[in-house]
Amino acid sequence: MIFKKLILVGFISLFFSSSLYAADCGPNGQSIRILASDFPAIHAIANSAESNCAGSASEFNRNHTTEARQIMNAAQTPNPAEYTSVIVANSTLVQLMNDGLVRPLDDLVEKYGGHLKSNQLITIDGKIMAIAFMANSQHMYYRTDILEKSGVDGIPATYDEVISAAEKIRAAGIMEHPLVMNLKVGWNVGEVFNTIYLAHGGEFFKPGSAEASINNAKGVAALETMKALVEYAHEDHLTQASDDTQGLWEAGQAAIGFMWGSRGGVILDNEGSSAEVTSNTVLSAAPTVTGGSIPGATLWWDGITIATNVSDSEAEATFAALVSGMTSEMVAANNDDAIWLIDGFKPGPAAAGVSATAQGGAKSYPMFAQMGLLHNALGAELVDFLKGSESAEQALSDVEAVYETAAKDAGYL
Amino acid sequence: MKHSTFLLFSLPSLSVMFLFIAIPIVSVFIQSLHIEHKQVIIVTENCDPFGCETTTSVDTEASAKLKEKAPLGKFNGFKTYSNRMHFAFDELGEAWKSSDSFTVFVKKLYNYPLYRALSFTLTYTFIVTPFVLFLGFLVAVGVNNLPKMFKGPTIFASLLPMIVTPLVGSLILFWMVDGDGVIGATLQKIFNDNSLSLKASPVLTWIMLMVYGIWHLMPFSFIVFYAGLQTVPQETIEAATIDGASKFQRIRHVVIPHLMPLAIFITLILLMDNFRVFEPIIGFRAEAHATSISWLIWNHLRESAYPLYNAAGATSMITIFGVAILLLPVLIRTWRDFKEKNKG
Repeated sequence: MIFKKLILVGFISLFFSSSLYAADCGPNGQSIRILASDFPAIHAIANSAESNCAGSASEFNRNHTTEARQIMNAAQTPNPAEYTSVIVANSTLVQLMNDGLVRPLDDLVEKYGGHLKSNQLITIDGKIMAIAFMANSQHMYYRTDILEKSGVDGIPATYDEVISAAEKIRAAGIMEHPLVMNLKVGWNVGEVFNTIYLAHGGEFFKPGSAEASINNAKGVAALETMKALVEYAHEDHLTQASDDTQGLWEAGQAAIGFMWGSRGGVILDNEGSSAEVTSNTVLSAAPTVTGGSIPGATLWWDGITIATNVSDSEAEATFAALVSGMTSEMVAANNDDAIWLIDGFKPGPAAAGVSATAQGGAKSYPMFAQMGLLHNALGAELVDFLKGSESAEQALSDVEAVYETAAKDAGYL
Repeated sequence: MKHSTFLLFSLPSLSVMFLFIAIPIVSVFIQSLHIEHKQVIIVTENCDPFGCETTTSVDTEASAKLKEKAPLGKFNGFKTYSNRMHFAFDELGEAWKSSDSFTVFVKKLYNYPLYRALSFTLTYTFIVTPFVLFLGFLVAVGVNNLPKMFKGPTIFASLLPMIVTPLVGSLILFWMVDGDGVIGATLQKIFNDNSLSLKASPVLTWIMLMVYGIWHLMPFSFIVFYAGLQTVPQETIEAATIDGASKFQRIRHVVIPHLMPLAIFITLILLMDNFRVFEPIIGFRAEAHATSISWLIWNHLRESAYPLYNAAGATSMITIFGVAILLLPVLIRTWRDFKEKNKG
């Protein structure tokens, strides 16, 4: 019995000493509560924060849920807020900032963020509002063996080349529907439009106002491109999101895909798929339009924020814990889980697509305060066009009308 | 019973109804008359790992001041009800003027979310309800005629569709009707068409949702009818048999009239339930081809990062009115029967 206790005490003291030794966790005895989405890279960040600083905190709670976006505003509005930190992406930072639920981090960065790189700091009007740790974007996946077999030369770099490659694959009788895309009605289908519209050089709003401006020649061109692609996509494309497209890819039922970079590691690993698929899958930049230069993608970052409605010492402890995890050791241990923005990242094959897309000059997901409403309208109203029951102009004018109604109700117009 | 005693008896339930039903409905109604204050927008310079861009942000302090003055929001009257998201009166007027035939107008009508949702919701309600009533009755009669030892297990098995949670039930079916699933692949084989997809065709999606609805709700009408069958007076049945009535005639002239009040009760419940169809649309990811009124409410509140409480409130009020209109004929009929009985 005494022996057991001794071991326990030994472990606890080891734990404390190592954590105190390894990282500066800010004020002691604070409560750290994190709300985050649920994928490996975020777990890696939160894990290292927990192992560094849980010992010096009075509590360390994590809520990982893919529904984080839906609950964050409600959870952070009361004072004190439910979580001391929310791990966000471009669009969710806007969502929190619209209600004033994140605090500027300049003084905390000065105190604890010596090891952060300057491009990790997300600044809005000169104030640091979030610390990014990873990048993500949609890009192209392709199967070298199938392209070769159907006589496609080189990697398709434009949408027209993608379409003609898909046609060749179909003509060769290899696959009837060689394309996979995340086109599930709602957010996903809206996002596909965003990427292709940006590739066409489109702007979402009239400069300096919240008035939508997508019903134009570029919008129509983007929709035509989308329609041409959808011809070659799986019949059930309107029900498919990331998990489904990843599944189709791993089952070897697709030759060209537009999927998230964060799926690269999972697709290329040796689980859930055959060697034939994984060894022939290559990740490359998102295509551009013919004659254009902007890849059809939106660049995303994921980063940490600190809540407005918590005490300063809780905020400080949370920030210290989270940035203590952003080290090159953490990156080394989880290198293939994400495209890390932190020092020490060695880009592997799973990162090739996002790097090439970012280097090609793709745009960030737009951070307009009212962007979510337009995105929602796109997700609902483009479906009729894709089903073929509506013209492109009609679909785009519907989107603008729906957006206008919603934006008026929400106070943006 | 004296009126005062009756009142005292029902006071607890009345007050609970008032607190938890009447007050929330009034509050939802009031919410539907208000919209958000004007957001104070400022142009900002945002920098992220990929570069800097000029975008817009909300000036939260200025916006919060507006909110503090009138927390309910800006009064908007019934404009939420008449806007494009709901009855779309202005747009419909335009559409009516610019359409040369009624079919063109109906097609344009279908472009507006509320009418689109109504068309599926009403079709669903009016197809699923009679099927559930009729099939539930058939199953009840069938089970009632089984030998005693089989009754228990059969009843349990017949109740299963209702025991399975709607979302789980629809998800399981969703996987089965996939092109790679049991049902989907079999259908492709039968019709010898590899591109046949239950999820890609609007008509097949509607049929799938309704078949699911019938499957899910049938146990309810079955079990109520089955309970009713136990109370059918045996003397009347025997008398009818002696008079030479066939099995079918006995059911038609003795059993069905006896079960009529139950049938009305089931119809009422089914109409209400089906008008609020929601889970299968989510489970089957059928939003592209079928939306319902309840789905609209959910969409207003959840899909965007900006919950539109006014729109959700207005759609909720429309749902309540819709249910009231649906139930009216049945209620009027019951009331008339009741009065006639009292007279006689």
